[in-house]
Amino acid sequence: MLKDNDRIFTNLYGFADAGLAAARTRGDWHETKSLLAKGRTHIIEEIKNSGLRGRGGAGFPTGLKWSFMPQESDGRPHYLIVNADESEPGTCKDRDILRHEPHKLLEGALLAGFAMGAHDCYIYIRGEFIREAEILQRAIDEAYGAGLLGKNACKSGWDYNIYLHRGAGAYICGEETALLESLEGKKGMPRLKPPFPANMGLYGCPSTVNNVETIAVAPSILRRGAAWFSALGRDGNTGTKIFCISGHVNRPCNVEEEMGVPLKELIEKHAGGVRGGWDNLLAVIPGGSSVPLIPKEICDTVLMDFDSLKNVESGLGTAAVIVMDKTTDIIRAIARIAYFYKHESCGQCTPCREGTGWMWRVLERMANGRADSQEIDLLLTVSKQVEGHTICALGDAAAWPVQGLIRHFRPVIEERLEQTRLKQTIRQEAAE
Amino acid sequence: MSVRRLHSEQPSEFAFTSENLAFAKQQIAKYPPNRQASAIIALLWQAQEQVGGWLPEPAIRYVADMLAMPYMRALEVATFYTMFNLSPVGKYFVQLCGTTPCWLRGAEALKSVCRKKIGAEKQMTEDGQFSWQEVECLGACVNAPMVQINNDFYEDLTAESFEAILIALQEGKEVKPGPQNARHASEPAHTPVTTTATPTTPTTANTSTPTNTNNGENRTI
Repeated sequence: MLKDNDRIFTNLYGFADAGLAAARTRGDWHETKSLLAKGRTHIIEEIKNSGLRGRGGAGFPTGLKWSFMPQESDGRPHYLIVNADESEPGTCKDRDILRHEPHKLLEGALLAGFAMGAHDCYIYIRGEFIREAEILQRAIDEAYGAGLLGKNACKSGWDYNIYLHRGAGAYICGEETALLESLEGKKGMPRLKPPFPANMGLYGCPSTVNNVETIAVAPSILRRGAAWFSALGRDGNTGTKIFCISGHVNRPCNVEEEMGVPLKELIEKHAGGVRGGWDNLLAVIPGGSSVPLIPKEICDTVLMDFDSLKNVESGLGTAAVIVMDKTTDIIRAIARIAYFYKHESCGQCTPCREGTGWMWRVLERMANGRADSQEIDLLLTVSKQVEGHTICALGDAAAWPVQGLIRHFRPVIEERLEQTRLKQTIRQEAAE
Repeated sequence: MSVRRLHSEQPSEFAFTSENLAFAKQQIAKYPPNRQASAIIALLWQAQEQVGGWLPEPAIRYVADMLAMPYMRALEVATFYTMFNLSPVGKYFVQLCGTTPCWLRGAEALKSVCRKKIGAEKQMTEDGQFSWQEVECLGACVNAPMVQINNDFYEDLTAESFEAILIALQEGKEVKPGPQNARHASEPAHTPVTTTATPTTPTTANTSTPTNTNNGENRTI
């Protein structure tokens, strides 16, 4: 279990104030100038050495991503964009950072922006987070007032502005290029890559998009050193992570834990265990709705990090653990997720626009038992035709939960279809 | 994707109040010159707030003119983003999260409450006080099930506590947003918090790591 003095987000639950004075007592904005004075290369190297991987879902090495930004500006400004469009079902970690630890995010945004030669940063916050946006705006104003942002930020000689930009309810804007489109005042439809944002991002300028948590842990890494961060967790999966444990547990919660914590320990220690005991567990979606579910046998032993979950054909994603006990109608649970993707598909690519709706309709029929058993294979085939055939990863995200369901719960689907068929036969015979 | 169309009855005109005009200028100033289109979401949202919860067509045209955008581009934005209500909503607009994490913890029971107390989905009550709609994940999953009423989240609901909120709002009483049980935010309920160290006493924290700078205020260097 993570030691309290290794925690980064000491005010995760908001028992203390989110304002600047309280944030300073937690160590935020302490000697930021001296961190900046070490230079761009030092910051990027330190982040690389820490092994930090992006916390938004894909797990791309953060230091490497920052190093893709051009060393020298060709006249175009550089931009840092913080992705606070948190909307992956199951995930509510960024919300806690935004409302309880906003200064960690702002300080991280300054350090990261400086490291990539940016003078401007936009924080794209999801529109529904109205109160969170108010708190964050207050924090930004405070930081400007204290000379931590703006001209000569932290007296470092570097000018740095942070602007808050609100979205208006579109899951797809969490995809980085859709976010850029949205930020430019268009529909949030993902762009084809290449060119990558590091070359042609916001307004055609070099840009980097990072998740809130990724940016917010950066100051702690730079203060305590890469060695401290990389000593936590496992090789290739270092540091701490905020886990969101929701669904059928006794005490749902957010908690910061070490990467690679066993799933069972996470649920039992922090979330009060599965409702009705561990043996009552049916399945867990370990990384937000986009990743395939894992049944209890795998949950018994699996570790919560990028590589361990990949090995069991799932993923860490945003580390949103959705727990389902044996009372769950698993087909309906996945059908509801399929509906989510149908609702949130931007409509740009045909396989996703048509496929998400098709998969949802078939799953609804299966949940009601009104399908043919051959349609299970058809559903699997269609999901493979959506996966990998779209501009962005929403197509994959829609296909994976369906594939996970069929991979692990095919007998459940078959049984339901069979039972319905039997009932119909009996009814028919009775009618005759 | 969902089909979203403009309301059949539209007001004849729209203009920002002087306050909102100032707000609009402030928003546009966030973006580089000639990139004023970036402010469209903020301006449409402000227009929706001014009208009272929905976005009429003249407001879309007004904002498009202000940002020197073709009307079509502004209409695209208004129809793409689901927080723009293209038809009138109740004074209290209930958005009920129905996605799997909330569904697992009883969102269906909350839906029944909505049907009983308010009526059919997307229909306003006769007095214009309430309307409700099922929405997708609102990002408060560890406090499921939850609803958003206007600007606030109401979390950790039961059918009873949710009904009580609706009744209180109807009677014009104040309701406390956030978790409706004993919880403060996203911490586990009923137990001492798993992060046991008091966050505001950094002098004692992490003595093993000399580079730790948890203590910002008392440092002498």
